[in-house]
Amino acid sequence: MAWSILGSGVTGLCIATALCEKGEKLEVVENPNIQAASYFAGGMLAPFCEGESAPDIVVKNGQLSVEWWDNHVSNVKKTGTIVIAPPRDMSELRRFANMTICHEWVDPGKIEKDLKGRFSEGLFFPSEAFIDPRLALQELKENLKNKGVSFHTGSPKGKIIDCTGMAATSSLKNLRAVRGEMLIFECHEVNFLRPIRLLHPRFPCYLVPRANGRFMVGATMVESNDDSPISARALIEMLSSVYAIHPAFAEARIIETGTGCRPSFPDNIPQIIEQDGKFYINGMYRHGFLLAPVLALDFVKKILG
Amino acid sequence: MQFYNQNLHSRLLLGTAGYPSPDILIQAIHASETEIITVSLRREGVGGSEFRQLIAKTKKRFLPNTAGCHTVKEAVTTAQMAREVFETNWIKLEIIGHADTLQPDPFATVEAARILSKEGFEVFPYTTEDLIVGEKLLEAGCQLLMPWGAPIGSGQGLRNIEGLKTMRQYFKNIPLIIDAGIGAPSQAIQAMEIGFDAILLNTAIAKSKNPILMADAFNKAILAGRIAYKAGLMEKRNMAYASTPAYGLADLSL
Repeated sequence: MAWSILGSGVTGLCIATALCEKGEKLEVVENPNIQAASYFAGGMLAPFCEGESAPDIVVKNGQLSVEWWDNHVSNVKKTGTIVIAPPRDMSELRRFANMTICHEWVDPGKIEKDLKGRFSEGLFFPSEAFIDPRLALQELKENLKNKGVSFHTGSPKGKIIDCTGMAATSSLKNLRAVRGEMLIFECHEVNFLRPIRLLHPRFPCYLVPRANGRFMVGATMVESNDDSPISARALIEMLSSVYAIHPAFAEARIIETGTGCRPSFPDNIPQIIEQDGKFYINGMYRHGFLLAPVLALDFVKKILG
Repeated sequence: MQFYNQNLHSRLLLGTAGYPSPDILIQAIHASETEIITVSLRREGVGGSEFRQLIAKTKKRFLPNTAGCHTVKEAVTTAQMAREVFETNWIKLEIIGHADTLQPDPFATVEAARILSKEGFEVFPYTTEDLIVGEKLLEAGCQLLMPWGAPIGSGQGLRNIEGLKTMRQYFKNIPLIIDAGIGAPSQAIQAMEIGFDAILLNTAIAKSKNPILMADAFNKAILAGRIAYKAGLMEKRNMAYASTPAYGLADLSL
Protein backbone atom coordinates (compact mmCIF):
# COMPACT_ATOMS: atom_id res chain seq x y z
CA MET A 1 0.00 0.00 0.00
CA ALA A 2 1.61 3.27 -1.08
CA TRP A 3 -0.57 5.84 0.67
CA SER A 4 -2.75 5.87 3.76
CA ILE A 5 -5.11 8.79 3.93
CA LEU A 6 -6.33 9.51 7.44
CA GLY A 7 -9.76 11.10 7.51
CA SER A 8 -12.68 10.91 5.11
CA GLY A 9 -13.97 14.44 5.27
CA VAL A 10 -13.83 16.67 2.22
CA THR A 11 -10.04 17.00 2.37
CA GLY A 12 -9.34 13.27 2.68
CA LEU A 13 -11.76 12.32 -0.09
CA CYS A 14 -10.47 14.98 -2.51
CA ILE A 15 -6.86 13.89 -1.90
CA ALA A 16 -7.85 10.22 -2.33
CA THR A 17 -9.68 11.00 -5.56
CA ALA A 18 -6.78 13.00 -7.01
CA LEU A 19 -4.25 10.26 -6.11
CA CYS A 20 -6.50 7.50 -7.42
CA GLU A 21 -6.84 9.31 -10.73
CA LYS A 22 -3.05 9.25 -11.05
CA GLY A 23 -3.12 5.45 -10.64
CA GLU A 24 -1.68 5.52 -7.11
CA LYS A 25 -2.40 2.72 -4.64
CA LEU A 26 -4.09 4.01 -1.52
CA GLU A 27 -6.39 3.30 1.40
CA VAL A 28 -8.56 5.60 3.51
CA VAL A 29 -8.51 5.16 7.28
CA GLU A 30 -11.60 6.46 9.04
CA ASN A 31 -12.34 7.17 12.68
CA PRO A 32 -15.93 6.06 13.30
CA ASN A 33 -16.16 8.26 16.40
CA ILE A 34 -15.49 11.54 14.63
CA GLN A 35 -17.91 13.43 12.44
CA ALA A 36 -16.00 15.47 9.85
CA ALA A 37 -16.55 19.24 9.99
CA SER A 38 -17.47 19.09 6.29
CA TYR A 39 -20.55 17.03 7.21
CA PHE A 40 -21.99 20.28 8.62
CA ALA A 41 -20.88 22.46 5.69
CA GLY A 42 -23.13 24.61 3.55
CA GLY A 43 -21.66 23.29 0.31
CA MET A 44 -21.64 26.70 -1.34
CA LEU A 45 -19.17 27.01 -4.18
CA ALA A 46 -19.14 30.78 -3.80
CA PRO A 47 -15.62 32.11 -4.38
CA PHE A 48 -16.75 35.66 -5.14
CA CYS A 49 -18.97 36.02 -2.07
CA GLU A 50 -16.20 34.60 0.10
CA GLY A 51 -13.94 37.33 -1.33
CA GLU A 52 -15.75 39.71 1.01
CA SER A 53 -13.36 38.66 3.77
CA ALA A 54 -11.04 36.07 2.19
CA PRO A 55 -7.83 36.85 0.28
CA ASP A 56 -7.58 36.70 -3.53
CA ILE A 57 -6.11 33.19 -3.50
CA VAL A 58 -9.42 31.84 -2.17
CA VAL A 59 -11.33 33.62 -4.93
CA LYS A 60 -8.95 32.36 -7.60
CA ASN A 61 -8.68 28.74 -6.45
CA GLY A 62 -12.35 28.61 -5.57
CA GLN A 63 -13.27 29.19 -9.20
CA LEU A 64 -11.25 26.15 -10.25
CA SER A 65 -13.01 24.03 -7.66
CA VAL A 66 -16.44 24.64 -9.16
CA GLU A 67 -15.30 22.85 -12.33
CA TRP A 68 -13.64 20.07 -10.35
CA TRP A 69 -16.82 19.30 -8.46
CA ASP A 70 -18.85 19.43 -11.65
CA ASN A 71 -16.54 16.80 -13.15
CA HIS A 72 -16.67 14.53 -10.09
CA VAL A 73 -20.15 14.56 -8.59
CA SER A 74 -23.61 14.72 -10.07
CA ASN A 75 -25.37 17.30 -7.90
CA VAL A 76 -23.54 20.57 -8.70
CA LYS A 77 -26.11 23.30 -9.27
CA LYS A 78 -24.80 26.31 -11.14
CA THR A 79 -27.54 28.70 -10.18
CA GLY A 80 -25.57 31.60 -8.73
CA THR A 81 -25.99 33.19 -5.31
CA ILE A 82 -28.30 35.98 -4.15
CA VAL A 83 -27.19 38.38 -1.42
CA ILE A 84 -29.79 40.52 0.32
CA ALA A 85 -30.13 42.67 3.42
CA PRO A 86 -33.10 43.99 5.40
CA PRO A 87 -33.88 47.63 4.45
CA ARG A 88 -32.18 49.07 7.53
CA ASP A 89 -28.97 47.15 6.81
CA MET A 90 -28.60 48.31 3.20
CA SER A 91 -25.22 49.81 4.07
CA GLU A 92 -24.05 46.22 4.69
CA LEU A 93 -25.09 45.33 1.14
CA ARG A 94 -23.22 48.30 -0.32
CA ARG A 95 -20.17 47.31 1.69
CA PHE A 96 -20.47 43.72 0.42
CA ALA A 97 -20.66 45.01 -3.16
CA ASN A 98 -17.53 47.11 -2.62
CA MET A 99 -15.58 44.18 -1.25
CA THR A 100 -16.49 41.65 -3.97
CA ILE A 101 -16.41 41.20 -7.76
CA CYS A 102 -18.45 39.46 -10.49
CA HIS A 103 -21.86 40.51 -9.23
CA GLU A 104 -24.74 42.59 -10.51
CA TRP A 105 -27.44 44.61 -8.75
CA VAL A 106 -30.83 42.98 -9.25
CA ASP A 107 -34.41 42.94 -8.08
CA PRO A 108 -34.13 39.70 -6.06
CA GLY A 109 -37.76 38.79 -6.80
CA LYS A 110 -36.95 38.58 -10.52
CA ILE A 111 -34.30 35.93 -9.90
CA GLU A 112 -35.95 33.99 -7.09
CA LYS A 113 -39.73 34.28 -7.36
CA ASP A 114 -40.50 33.64 -3.69
CA LEU A 115 -38.48 36.76 -2.81
CA LYS A 116 -40.86 38.87 -4.92
CA GLY A 117 -41.86 42.08 -3.15
CA ARG A 118 -39.79 41.29 -0.07
CA PHE A 119 -36.46 42.88 -0.94
CA SER A 120 -36.13 45.77 -3.39
CA GLU A 121 -32.44 45.36 -4.15
CA GLY A 122 -29.93 42.57 -3.97
CA LEU A 123 -26.65 41.35 -5.40
CA PHE A 124 -26.56 38.42 -7.81
CA PHE A 125 -23.39 36.39 -8.31
CA PRO A 126 -24.34 34.45 -11.46
CA SER A 127 -21.24 32.27 -11.80
CA GLU A 128 -21.41 30.66 -8.36
CA ALA A 129 -22.72 27.17 -7.61
CA PHE A 130 -23.59 24.86 -4.73
CA ILE A 131 -23.77 21.18 -3.84
CA ASP A 132 -25.26 19.05 -1.11
CA PRO A 133 -22.07 18.28 0.82
CA ARG A 134 -23.32 15.02 2.29
CA LEU A 135 -24.36 13.63 -1.09
CA ALA A 136 -21.16 14.86 -2.70
CA LEU A 137 -18.95 13.20 -0.07
CA GLN A 138 -20.97 9.99 -0.36
CA GLU A 139 -20.54 10.01 -4.13
CA LEU A 140 -16.78 10.57 -3.94
CA LYS A 141 -16.54 7.70 -1.49
CA GLU A 142 -18.62 5.35 -3.66
CA ASN A 143 -16.53 6.23 -6.72
CA LEU A 144 -13.34 5.46 -4.80
CA LYS A 145 -14.74 2.16 -3.53
CA ASN A 146 -15.73 1.23 -7.07
CA LYS A 147 -12.14 1.78 -8.11
CA GLY A 148 -10.97 -0.63 -5.42
CA VAL A 149 -9.93 1.83 -2.71
CA SER A 150 -10.43 0.32 0.73
CA PHE A 151 -12.01 2.25 3.59
CA HIS A 152 -11.32 0.83 7.05
CA THR A 153 -10.81 1.75 10.67
CA GLY A 154 -7.65 -0.27 11.31
CA SER A 155 -3.96 0.65 11.28
CA PRO A 156 -2.55 2.53 8.28
CA LYS A 157 -0.21 0.49 6.08
CA GLY A 158 1.16 3.12 3.70
CA LYS A 159 2.82 6.53 3.91
CA ILE A 160 0.54 8.74 5.92
CA ILE A 161 -1.37 11.70 4.54
CA ASP A 162 -3.14 13.15 7.55
CA CYS A 163 -6.39 14.92 6.64
CA THR A 164 -8.00 14.71 10.06
CA GLY A 165 -8.78 18.39 10.64
CA MET A 166 -9.01 19.30 14.31
CA ALA A 167 -7.93 15.77 15.33
CA ALA A 168 -4.41 16.71 14.15
CA THR A 169 -4.17 19.59 16.66
CA SER A 170 -1.51 17.92 18.78
CA SER A 171 0.83 17.60 15.79
CA LEU A 172 0.17 20.92 14.07
CA LYS A 173 1.18 23.97 15.98
CA ASN A 174 -0.96 27.04 15.31
CA LEU A 175 -3.97 25.01 14.18
CA ARG A 176 -7.05 26.39 15.93
CA ALA A 177 -10.77 25.76 15.83
CA VAL A 178 -13.45 28.16 14.67
CA ARG A 179 -16.78 26.92 15.95
CA GLY A 180 -19.67 26.86 13.49
CA GLU A 181 -23.32 26.12 14.26
CA MET A 182 -25.94 25.14 11.70
CA LEU A 183 -29.45 23.81 11.38
CA ILE A 184 -31.59 22.02 8.83
CA PHE A 185 -35.33 22.59 8.53
CA GLU A 186 -38.09 21.46 6.23
CA CYS A 187 -40.68 23.73 4.62
CA HIS A 188 -42.71 23.09 1.48
CA GLU A 189 -44.34 26.51 1.19
CA VAL A 190 -41.26 28.33 -0.02
CA ASN A 191 -39.16 27.24 -2.94
CA PHE A 192 -35.67 28.59 -3.56
CA LEU A 193 -33.36 27.36 -6.29
CA ARG A 194 -30.13 28.88 -5.05
CA PRO A 195 -28.29 29.89 -1.87
CA ILE A 196 -29.42 33.13 -0.30
CA ARG A 197 -27.17 35.16 1.96
CA LEU A 198 -28.75 37.60 4.37
CA LEU A 199 -26.37 40.29 5.57
CA HIS A 200 -26.47 41.63 9.07
CA PRO A 201 -23.82 43.61 10.93
CA ARG A 202 -23.50 40.93 13.61
CA PHE A 203 -25.22 37.77 12.41
CA PRO A 204 -24.84 37.28 8.66
CA CYS A 205 -26.25 33.93 7.60
CA TYR A 206 -26.93 31.85 4.54
CA LEU A 207 -29.76 29.60 3.50
CA VAL A 208 -28.98 26.72 1.13
CA PRO A 209 -31.76 24.67 -0.47
CA ARG A 210 -31.50 20.90 -0.23
CA ALA A 211 -33.72 18.24 -1.80
CA ASN A 212 -37.27 17.48 -0.58
CA GLY A 213 -38.15 20.88 0.85
CA ARG A 214 -35.19 20.99 3.17
CA PHE A 215 -32.93 23.96 3.79
CA MET A 216 -29.64 24.27 5.57
CA VAL A 217 -28.93 27.45 7.53
CA GLY A 218 -25.48 28.43 8.66
CA ALA A 219 -23.26 29.30 10.14
CA THR A 220 -21.89 31.05 13.16
CA MET A 221 -18.19 31.87 13.47
CA VAL A 222 -16.90 31.72 17.02
CA GLU A 223 -13.22 31.66 17.95
CA SER A 224 -13.58 28.57 20.10
CA ASN A 225 -12.83 24.84 20.10
CA ASP A 226 -16.10 24.11 21.90
CA ASP A 227 -18.04 21.54 19.87
CA SER A 228 -20.96 21.25 22.29
CA PRO A 229 -24.51 21.53 20.84
CA ILE A 230 -25.83 24.70 19.21
CA SER A 231 -26.33 27.66 21.56
CA ALA A 232 -29.77 29.17 22.13
CA ARG A 233 -28.45 32.47 20.85
CA ALA A 234 -27.22 30.98 17.57
CA LEU A 235 -30.53 29.19 17.10
CA ILE A 236 -32.55 32.34 17.81
CA GLU A 237 -30.44 34.51 15.53
CA MET A 238 -30.44 32.03 12.64
CA LEU A 239 -34.16 31.42 12.86
CA SER A 240 -34.84 35.18 13.03
CA SER A 241 -32.78 35.64 9.88
CA VAL A 242 -34.65 32.86 8.12
CA TYR A 243 -37.95 34.44 9.16
CA ALA A 244 -36.71 37.78 7.79
CA ILE A 245 -36.02 36.13 4.44
CA HIS A 246 -39.54 34.70 4.28
CA PRO A 247 -42.23 34.69 7.01
CA ALA A 248 -43.67 31.38 5.76
CA PHE A 249 -40.59 29.71 7.25
CA ALA A 250 -42.20 30.29 10.65
CA GLU A 251 -44.11 27.04 10.13
CA ALA A 252 -41.04 25.07 9.08
CA ARG A 253 -40.09 21.94 11.00
CA ILE A 254 -36.60 21.78 12.44
CA ILE A 255 -34.93 18.53 11.44
CA GLU A 256 -31.43 18.85 12.77
CA THR A 257 -28.99 21.16 14.47
CA GLY A 258 -25.25 20.68 14.44
CA THR A 259 -21.91 22.07 15.53
CA GLY A 260 -18.55 21.64 13.84
CA CYS A 261 -15.07 22.96 14.54
CA ARG A 262 -13.37 24.38 11.46
CA PRO A 263 -9.63 23.64 11.46
CA SER A 264 -7.85 26.93 10.77
CA PHE A 265 -4.35 28.32 10.57
CA PRO A 266 -3.64 31.94 11.63
CA ASP A 267 -4.09 33.28 8.08
CA ASN A 268 -7.20 31.11 7.54
CA ILE A 269 -5.56 29.56 4.46
CA PRO A 270 -5.02 25.79 4.20
CA GLN A 271 -1.55 24.29 4.00
CA ILE A 272 0.28 21.17 2.86
CA ILE A 273 2.85 20.37 5.55
CA GLU A 274 5.54 17.69 5.51
CA GLN A 275 6.55 16.81 9.05
CA ASP A 276 7.93 13.74 10.86
CA GLY A 277 7.70 11.61 7.72
CA LYS A 278 4.03 12.37 7.18
CA PHE A 279 2.06 14.78 5.07
CA TYR A 280 -0.61 16.94 6.67
CA ILE A 281 -3.26 18.69 4.63
CA ASN A 282 -5.23 20.89 6.93
CA GLY A 283 -6.58 24.33 7.82
CA MET A 284 -9.56 24.44 5.46
CA TYR A 285 -11.29 26.97 7.75
CA ARG A 286 -14.69 27.68 6.16
CA HIS A 287 -13.50 26.78 2.67
CA GLY A 288 -13.33 22.98 2.57
CA PHE A 289 -15.49 22.45 -0.49
CA LEU A 290 -14.09 25.56 -2.12
CA LEU A 291 -10.40 24.76 -1.68
CA ALA A 292 -9.91 21.02 -1.07
CA PRO A 293 -9.94 20.08 -4.79
CA VAL A 294 -7.27 22.64 -5.70
CA LEU A 295 -5.19 21.63 -2.71
CA ALA A 296 -5.52 17.98 -3.74
CA LEU A 297 -4.29 18.77 -7.26
CA ASP A 298 -1.40 20.84 -5.83
CA PHE A 299 -0.50 17.98 -3.51
CA VAL A 300 -0.48 15.40 -6.30
CA LYS A 301 1.72 17.68 -8.39
CA LYS A 302 4.05 18.19 -5.44
CA ILE A 303 4.60 14.47 -4.78
CA LEU A 304 4.31 12.99 -8.25
CA GLY A 305 5.68 15.88 -10.27
CA MET B 1 -0.99 59.49 30.02
CA GLN B 2 -2.08 57.02 32.68
CA PHE B 3 -4.98 54.60 33.00
CA TYR B 4 -5.17 53.24 36.54
CA ASN B 5 -1.55 54.22 37.21
CA GLN B 6 -0.27 52.50 34.07
CA ASN B 7 1.85 54.73 31.86
CA LEU B 8 0.83 54.57 28.24
CA HIS B 9 2.08 56.22 25.07
CA SER B 10 -0.41 55.14 22.43
CA ARG B 11 -3.82 56.79 22.55
CA LEU B 12 -5.44 54.09 20.44
CA LEU B 13 -7.12 51.05 22.01
CA LEU B 14 -7.91 48.31 19.52
CA GLY B 15 -10.76 45.80 19.37
CA THR B 16 -9.98 42.33 18.02
CA ALA B 17 -13.29 41.14 16.54
CA GLY B 18 -14.31 40.61 12.94
CA TYR B 19 -10.93 40.62 11.20
CA PRO B 20 -10.48 38.46 8.08
CA SER B 21 -7.94 36.31 9.95
CA PRO B 22 -5.86 36.33 13.13
CA ASP B 23 -2.81 36.98 10.95
CA ILE B 24 -4.27 40.18 9.57
CA LEU B 25 -5.43 41.17 13.06
CA ILE B 26 -1.90 40.76 14.41
CA GLN B 27 -0.41 42.83 11.59
CA ALA B 28 -3.05 45.52 12.18
CA ILE B 29 -2.20 45.56 15.91
CA HIS B 30 1.44 46.20 15.05
CA ALA B 31 0.61 48.83 12.44
CA SER B 32 -1.64 50.67 14.88
CA GLU B 33 1.15 50.85 17.49
CA THR B 34 -1.51 50.34 20.13
CA GLU B 35 -0.53 49.18 23.60
CA ILE B 36 -3.97 47.90 24.64
CA ILE B 37 -6.13 45.34 22.87
CA THR B 38 -9.64 44.51 23.98
CA VAL B 39 -10.89 40.94 23.75
CA SER B 40 -14.31 39.44 24.40
CA LEU B 41 -14.96 36.36 26.45
CA ARG B 42 -18.71 35.94 26.69
CA ARG B 43 -19.28 33.90 23.52
CA GLU B 44 -15.86 32.34 23.03
CA GLY B 45 -15.51 31.17 26.62
CA VAL B 46 -12.69 28.95 27.78
CA GLY B 47 -12.70 27.27 24.33
CA GLY B 48 -11.28 30.43 22.75
CA SER B 49 -7.84 29.95 24.24
CA GLU B 50 -6.17 29.15 20.90
CA PHE B 51 -7.21 32.52 19.48
CA ARG B 52 -6.14 34.33 22.64
CA GLN B 53 -2.73 32.63 22.60
CA LEU B 54 -2.22 33.77 19.01
CA ILE B 55 -2.84 37.43 19.80
CA ALA B 56 -0.97 37.22 23.11
CA LYS B 57 2.16 36.91 20.96
CA THR B 58 1.85 40.63 20.19
CA LYS B 59 2.80 41.24 23.86
CA LYS B 60 0.15 43.93 24.18
CA ARG B 61 -1.80 44.55 27.34
CA PHE B 62 -5.18 42.79 27.33
CA LEU B 63 -8.31 44.71 28.24
CA PRO B 64 -10.94 41.96 28.45
CA ASN B 65 -14.48 43.14 27.79
CA THR B 66 -17.99 42.05 28.71
CA ALA B 67 -19.38 42.45 25.18
CA GLY B 68 -22.60 40.51 24.73
CA CYS B 69 -23.73 40.94 28.36
CA HIS B 70 -27.19 42.36 29.04
CA THR B 71 -27.44 42.08 32.82
CA VAL B 72 -25.37 42.94 35.88
CA LYS B 73 -25.01 39.29 36.78
CA GLU B 74 -23.73 38.24 33.36
CA ALA B 75 -21.25 41.12 33.31
CA VAL B 76 -19.92 40.41 36.80
CA THR B 77 -19.52 36.69 36.06
CA THR B 78 -17.81 37.42 32.74
CA ALA B 79 -15.45 39.90 34.45
CA GLN B 80 -14.54 37.35 37.11
CA MET B 81 -13.84 34.75 34.45
CA ALA B 82 -11.81 37.30 32.46
CA ARG B 83 -9.67 38.06 35.49
CA GLU B 84 -8.71 34.39 35.71
CA VAL B 85 -8.19 33.87 31.98
CA PHE B 86 -6.25 37.06 31.28
CA GLU B 87 -4.66 37.56 34.70
CA THR B 88 -5.59 41.24 34.84
CA ASN B 89 -7.81 43.43 37.01
CA TRP B 90 -8.72 45.54 34.01
CA ILE B 91 -12.19 45.07 32.64
CA LYS B 92 -14.03 46.96 29.92
CA LEU B 93 -17.54 47.00 31.32
CA GLU B 94 -20.12 46.94 28.58
CA ILE B 95 -23.73 46.17 29.45
CA ILE B 96 -26.03 46.46 26.50
CA GLY B 97 -29.50 47.90 26.98
CA HIS B 98 -30.89 46.85 23.64
CA ALA B 99 -29.62 44.20 21.22
CA ASP B 100 -30.31 46.31 18.12
CA THR B 101 -29.11 49.76 19.15
CA LEU B 102 -26.33 48.41 21.39
CA GLN B 103 -26.88 51.39 23.68
CA PRO B 104 -25.33 50.96 27.12
CA ASP B 105 -27.72 50.31 30.00
CA PRO B 106 -26.54 53.09 32.36
CA PHE B 107 -28.35 51.77 35.45
CA ALA B 108 -26.93 48.27 35.14
CA THR B 109 -23.49 49.65 34.25
CA VAL B 110 -23.33 51.76 37.44
CA GLU B 111 -24.46 48.83 39.56
CA ALA B 112 -21.96 46.43 38.01
CA ALA B 113 -19.17 49.03 38.21
CA ARG B 114 -19.79 49.33 41.95
CA ILE B 115 -19.67 45.55 42.50
CA LEU B 116 -16.57 45.09 40.35
CA SER B 117 -14.67 48.03 41.87
CA LYS B 118 -15.30 46.59 45.34
CA GLU B 119 -13.86 43.29 44.11
CA GLY B 120 -10.66 45.07 43.09
CA PHE B 121 -11.34 45.42 39.37
CA GLU B 122 -10.18 48.49 37.47
CA VAL B 123 -13.24 49.27 35.43
CA PHE B 124 -13.35 50.88 31.97
CA PRO B 125 -17.07 51.64 31.65
CA TYR B 126 -18.77 52.02 28.27
CA THR B 127 -21.26 54.85 28.76
CA THR B 128 -22.94 57.78 27.00
CA GLU B 129 -22.05 61.48 27.23
CA ASP B 130 -24.54 61.87 30.10
CA LEU B 131 -22.80 63.81 32.87
CA ILE B 132 -24.78 62.42 35.78
CA VAL B 133 -24.21 58.83 34.69
CA GLY B 134 -20.53 59.74 34.43
CA GLU B 135 -20.53 61.11 37.99
CA LYS B 136 -22.26 57.99 39.31
CA LEU B 137 -19.67 55.78 37.59
CA LEU B 138 -16.82 57.73 39.19
CA GLU B 139 -18.56 57.55 42.53
CA ALA B 140 -18.92 53.76 42.03
CA GLY B 141 -15.15 53.49 41.76
CA CYS B 142 -14.26 54.05 38.10
CA GLN B 143 -11.26 56.28 37.49
CA LEU B 144 -11.96 56.87 33.81
CA LEU B 145 -14.96 57.02 31.47
CA MET B 146 -15.59 55.70 27.99
CA PRO B 147 -18.39 57.66 26.32
CA TRP B 148 -19.64 56.57 22.92
CA GLY B 149 -19.15 58.72 19.85
CA ALA B 150 -22.09 57.00 18.16
CA PRO B 151 -23.68 53.54 18.42
CA ILE B 152 -21.28 50.56 18.20
CA GLY B 153 -20.29 49.71 14.65
CA SER B 154 -22.27 52.61 13.15
CA GLY B 155 -19.26 54.59 11.96
CA GLN B 156 -21.11 57.87 12.45
CA GLY B 157 -18.35 59.63 14.36
CA LEU B 158 -19.19 62.14 17.08
CA ARG B 159 -22.98 62.27 16.91
CA ASN B 160 -23.36 64.76 19.76
CA ILE B 161 -20.22 66.83 19.56
CA GLU B 162 -21.51 69.65 21.79
CA GLY B 163 -22.46 67.13 24.49
CA LEU B 164 -19.04 65.53 24.26
CA LYS B 165 -17.32 68.94 24.51
CA THR B 166 -19.35 69.65 27.63
CA MET B 167 -18.33 66.29 29.06
CA ARG B 168 -14.69 67.08 28.38
CA GLN B 169 -14.97 70.40 30.22
CA TYR B 170 -16.98 68.90 33.08
CA PHE B 171 -14.60 65.99 33.80
CA LYS B 172 -11.39 67.99 33.41
CA ASN B 173 -8.95 65.59 35.03
CA ILE B 174 -10.61 62.27 34.32
CA PRO B 175 -9.27 60.23 31.39
CA LEU B 176 -12.00 60.13 28.74
CA ILE B 177 -11.82 57.54 25.97
CA ILE B 178 -14.17 57.67 23.01
CA ASP B 179 -15.49 54.13 22.72
CA ALA B 180 -17.50 53.14 19.68
CA GLY B 181 -18.94 54.83 16.64
CA ILE B 182 -15.73 56.09 15.03
CA GLY B 183 -15.76 55.20 11.32
CA ALA B 184 -12.98 57.31 9.77
CA PRO B 185 -9.62 58.74 10.81
CA SER B 186 -11.02 62.27 10.34
CA GLN B 187 -13.59 61.54 13.05
CA ALA B 188 -10.86 60.29 15.37
CA ILE B 189 -8.89 63.48 14.78
CA GLN B 190 -11.95 65.52 15.65
CA ALA B 191 -12.33 63.71 18.99
CA MET B 192 -8.66 64.17 19.82
CA GLU B 193 -8.72 67.86 18.81
CA ILE B 194 -11.42 68.58 21.37
CA GLY B 195 -9.31 67.00 24.07
CA PHE B 196 -10.35 63.39 24.48
CA ASP B 197 -7.53 61.29 25.85
CA ALA B 198 -7.82 58.24 23.65
CA ILE B 199 -9.98 56.34 21.16
CA LEU B 200 -11.17 52.73 21.23
CA LEU B 201 -11.87 51.29 17.78
CA ASN B 202 -12.75 48.03 16.12
CA THR B 203 -15.10 47.91 13.14
CA ALA B 204 -13.57 50.84 11.23
CA ILE B 205 -10.30 48.94 10.99
CA ALA B 206 -11.49 45.32 11.01
CA LYS B 207 -14.05 45.79 8.23
CA SER B 208 -12.02 48.07 5.97
CA LYS B 209 -10.64 46.70 2.72
CA ASN B 210 -7.12 46.71 4.11
CA PRO B 211 -7.15 46.60 7.91
CA ILE B 212 -3.37 46.91 8.18
CA LEU B 213 -3.25 50.16 6.20
CA MET B 214 -6.29 51.49 8.04
CA ALA B 215 -4.66 50.76 11.40
CA ASP B 216 -1.70 52.86 10.28
CA ALA B 217 -4.04 55.65 9.18
CA PHE B 218 -5.82 55.74 12.56
CA ASN B 219 -2.56 55.67 14.45
CA LYS B 220 -1.33 58.73 12.60
CA ALA B 221 -4.70 60.51 12.78
CA ILE B 222 -4.93 60.09 16.54
CA LEU B 223 -1.39 61.34 16.92
CA ALA B 224 -2.13 64.37 14.72
CA GLY B 225 -5.32 65.15 16.63
CA ARG B 226 -3.49 65.02 19.94
CA ILE B 227 -0.71 67.30 18.73
CA ALA B 228 -3.32 69.74 17.38
CA TYR B 229 -5.07 69.77 20.76
CA LYS B 230 -1.81 70.53 22.51
CA ALA B 231 -0.98 73.22 19.95
CA GLY B 232 -4.37 74.86 20.50
CA LEU B 233 -6.81 75.32 17.63
CA MET B 234 -7.59 78.78 16.31
CA GLU B 235 -11.08 80.13 16.88
CA LYS B 236 -13.47 80.19 13.92
CA ARG B 237 -14.36 83.63 12.51
CA ASN B 238 -17.34 84.90 10.59
CA MET B 239 -15.19 86.95 8.21
CA ALA B 240 -12.10 86.37 6.15
CA TYR B 241 -8.92 87.58 7.78
CA ALA B 242 -6.04 88.04 5.35
CA SER B 243 -2.85 86.61 6.68
CA THR B 244 -0.70 88.76 4.43
CA PRO B 245 -0.58 92.53 5.12
CA ALA B 246 -2.52 94.83 2.77
CA TYR B 247 -0.09 97.74 3.38
CA GLY B 248 1.56 99.03 0.21
CA LEU B 249 -0.90 97.48 -2.26
CA ALA B 250 -2.45 99.74 -4.92
CA ASP B 251 -5.80 101.16 -3.76
CA LEU B 252 -8.03 100.53 -6.79
CA SER B 253 -10.87 102.69 -5.48
CA LEU B 254 -8.87 105.87 -6.08
